[in-house]
Amino acid sequence: MSALLGKLSWDALPYDPIVITTLCVVAVLGCVVAFLVIKNKLLGVLWNDWLTSVDHKKLGIMYIVLAFVMLLRGFADAIMMRLQLALATNGDPGYLPPSHYDQIFTAHGVIMIIFMAMPFMIGLMNIIVPLQIGARDVAFPFLNNLSFWLAVSGAVLINISLGLGEFAKTGWVAYPPLAGLQYSPGVGVDYYIWALQISGIGTTLTAVNFLATVFKMRTPGMKLMDMPIFTWTCTWANILIAASFPILTAVLAMLTLDRYLDFHFFTNDGGGNSMMYINLFWAWGHPEVYILVLPAFGIFSEIVSTFTGKRLFGYKSMVWATASISILGFIVWLHHFFTMGSSANVNAFFGIMTMIIAVPTGVKLFNWLFTMYRGRLRVTVPVLWTLGFMVTFTVGGMTGVLLAVPGADYVLHNSLFLIAHFHNTIIGGAVFGYLAGFTFWFPKAMGFHLNVKLGKAAFWCWLVGFFLAFMPLYVLGFLGMTRRLNHTDNPDWNIWLYIALVGAFVIMAGIICQLLQLYVSFRDRKQNLDTTGDPWNGHTLEWSTASPPQFYNFAELPVVSDIDAFTDMKEKGTAYVRKASYAPIHMPKNTKAGIIIGALITAFGFAMIWHIWWLAIVGLVGSIVTFIARAYTKDVDYYVQPDEIAQIENEHLDNVAKG
Amino acid sequence: MLTRILSKVALALMVGLLAGCQGGVLDPKGQVGIEEKQLIIVATLLMLLVVIPVIFMTLYFAWKYREGRDEIYEPKWSHSTKIETIVWSIPIVIVIILGVITWKSTHSLDPYKPLKSDKDHINVQVVSMNWKWLFIYPDLGIATVNELRFPANVPVAFQISSEGTMNSFFIPQLGSQIYSMAGMVTKLHLIANEPGSFDGMSANYSGAGFSGMKFKAIATPTEADFDAWVEGVKAGTHDVINNGVLNQASYEKLAEHEIDAHHVEPTPVQYYNSIESSIFMDNVMKFMKDHGKVELLEGTVFDSKMIHDNSAHGEMNHGEMNQSDMNQSDMNHGESQDSSHDMHMEAEK
Repeated sequence: MSALLGKLSWDALPYDPIVITTLCVVAVLGCVVAFLVIKNKLLGVLWNDWLTSVDHKKLGIMYIVLAFVMLLRGFADAIMMRLQLALATNGDPGYLPPSHYDQIFTAHGVIMIIFMAMPFMIGLMNIIVPLQIGARDVAFPFLNNLSFWLAVSGAVLINISLGLGEFAKTGWVAYPPLAGLQYSPGVGVDYYIWALQISGIGTTLTAVNFLATVFKMRTPGMKLMDMPIFTWTCTWANILIAASFPILTAVLAMLTLDRYLDFHFFTNDGGGNSMMYINLFWAWGHPEVYILVLPAFGIFSEIVSTFTGKRLFGYKSMVWATASISILGFIVWLHHFFTMGSSANVNAFFGIMTMIIAVPTGVKLFNWLFTMYRGRLRVTVPVLWTLGFMVTFTVGGMTGVLLAVPGADYVLHNSLFLIAHFHNTIIGGAVFGYLAGFTFWFPKAMGFHLNVKLGKAAFWCWLVGFFLAFMPLYVLGFLGMTRRLNHTDNPDWNIWLYIALVGAFVIMAGIICQLLQLYVSFRDRKQNLDTTGDPWNGHTLEWSTASPPQFYNFAELPVVSDIDAFTDMKEKGTAYVRKASYAPIHMPKNTKAGIIIGALITAFGFAMIWHIWWLAIVGLVGSIVTFIARAYTKDVDYYVQPDEIAQIENEHLDNVAKG
Repeated sequence: MLTRILSKVALALMVGLLAGCQGGVLDPKGQVGIEEKQLIIVATLLMLLVVIPVIFMTLYFAWKYREGRDEIYEPKWSHSTKIETIVWSIPIVIVIILGVITWKSTHSLDPYKPLKSDKDHINVQVVSMNWKWLFIYPDLGIATVNELRFPANVPVAFQISSEGTMNSFFIPQLGSQIYSMAGMVTKLHLIANEPGSFDGMSANYSGAGFSGMKFKAIATPTEADFDAWVEGVKAGTHDVINNGVLNQASYEKLAEHEIDAHHVEPTPVQYYNSIESSIFMDNVMKFMKDHGKVELLEGTVFDSKMIHDNSAHGEMNHGEMNQSDMNQSDMNHGESQDSSHDMHMEAEK
């Protein structure tokens, strides 16, 4: 080990042809993007308008870009796994040896949950929540920018592991003692630790930021029980983040101490106990799934009520159902390890607590149904996603309750039945929700519509692909196939593995349709402009702004007296009123601090992984100094002048009048 | 075209579910597995009572109230106490029924609870190693690797531990699985209702050789067959690798493995014709050793024999770590005041 490079040496470079090919493709794509940016002289725009921006709408868009990039990476892992399992049957070793395959399933889980679903959810929340509560930005705009760069930092680290060294071969839960130094001496688990740790801190900061925003910055007249339902579900998700992510931070810190400083929190010897890790991990991990799915529930609620042209049925029920899901979500973690030997009383308690969550979730489904009842449902792409969700998620919920029965879990635990279940809820619940929200709010964020035909094609591919890919896994679970197998030799399983592979390819077609949709919609954006800012006849305040919204969101803070605030304004005729004069608006300035801290923290994480101590000190001290320097900067804000506001507002109102 | 393919797939799914379940958890061959299968079916049917109407109503409402049909339109209708009461009550009722079933079944299927039988159970000590299974028959004085044999219709009591990483001991056709963890003993009780050879595996990922960590669980038709097999193992007459005695040295040799393996071949079946009787608890307790030296009572040098002399204790204490059965732990605290127990508790902290 050298002082300069730590454990880093030529051996860290990949030898696997698959990895080398991937890296080459990524390098070429990177060069193409860089070339296009420079050729079109977009570097300045990119830096000034995006990377250093503290505007919640732009940060939200960048989060979603990050989510899409990581979706491609995580999905490539998925296809490789399905292909391996379809090939490695009847004793055939397949094309991926365990040393590679085991990294792939770990990376797939971590990427899809931490670097795809989370950024997607946080991105939508960033764009919409401040608009829905009539705020001009979040409470701490710089912190919001910093959170984003910490998420990117984690994503960068996990992608570096592809080309330098290895990723963890532990499964995404990284249970010790397997994840301890004794059984995982390589850098893989360290990549895992630092990628999660850094992005996790960013997520915690986001939650603090949005809680402060929602509690302190609601527009005049908006009581808590007047907040739009999506904002409510995000708020509960943020409460869950603020309460559960510190547990992840702590448990990762303990694992770090075990691996770096010879501590014995979770080792077999020296008084360690790996059961503590498993408990703590799921004390975060279970709330995490509700963090992912609650905002999706909020999205469905908004979509159903918007496209039926009706008020949401049972708003109060929905808020309290969300609250009870959030609170119950904290007392069910043990259902992830009924098979660890707890007594019947303990297992039964956690099983029943888990089932109780089905009650508020069921209520939500009924409330969506009764929102449709006596409505005028416009079957748009967001509505397709919603209907697809309602059918799919009901099945996933049912299998979840089944797994909550300890007696059933004793034979279904860790089987492919479990894999089918959580994909059923995460894809059929969270991802369908995000994609619905993406289509729903795309015109708001970007100013033009997404192509409808390709949107429908994407939906049908995802839906059919999902059923083809995951229903066979339920069957395989019943047939006794357990998860994380590298190869199999049971001929009864083969047909189901083949069907699952076909399903994965159909989902791939869905993803391709979405990429095409983005391309085509961007190409034809001039014909599909949303000039009014209210393309769907929306209920809530985000639709009262232009598309994309004015950078200050609201020229004058709206005064609200109804849950469906914008519908109320449209009915009373107070929407789109031209003001004679405007007051100056106080706005935050862009800052380089976030991206600089992100870069320094990435260097710190990388240095910790490879034991390059000097660089770790530089990275950590540098980022702290940057943060302090930023804290002492006085030049952080400015005022938008009334003339400029009047010009922007009049232009928007003219467009509305024309539309 | 698409619908035709889809309907074919759906048909294959149905047929597969009904007929293709040989060898899985829906084709149980032991009492525990049979009860778990029934539990799965009852719970599923109960939930389908809500799930099917919800799916039907989703599609029906979406079709009935779609734009362009002249159905009743009530844009401001958003509350009905009657409907809200019903939609909260239906899931509550189902969950109450399911909760009662859960409470009862969790107790009756508790893996730690010995099975009722007029026959004495067979004791098997299970150790998961990277990446193989060691089965020790403490009462019979033999041990096997990657093959587990016992007579049909005789309950088997497993004590399960691990040599390193966590695994899960699982024979799908017989029923429940339980984790194996180093330095700890977990318990499981299973029975085969009919003779046969069943697949056994680790259900919890444990590293490079995990996929090959399989074994056959063979239920012999009669006890006499089993006894004959035991005699054969002792005499070394079976046609498998015979390793002689299982003592600490041969145990450690068996446990050897490559840490960062690229590819691992499955371990072949092996027999030990005799065992050192304390081998299982010695290796459970060895993880306490270093810690014990630091923290133990002054002037005492740790010796695992001190614990396994009283091995029932060691086992119970470990059970207690997992199984928070208050009565049992109270009993333990009350009864055991000897030094080995104190040491042990110290070590557990």
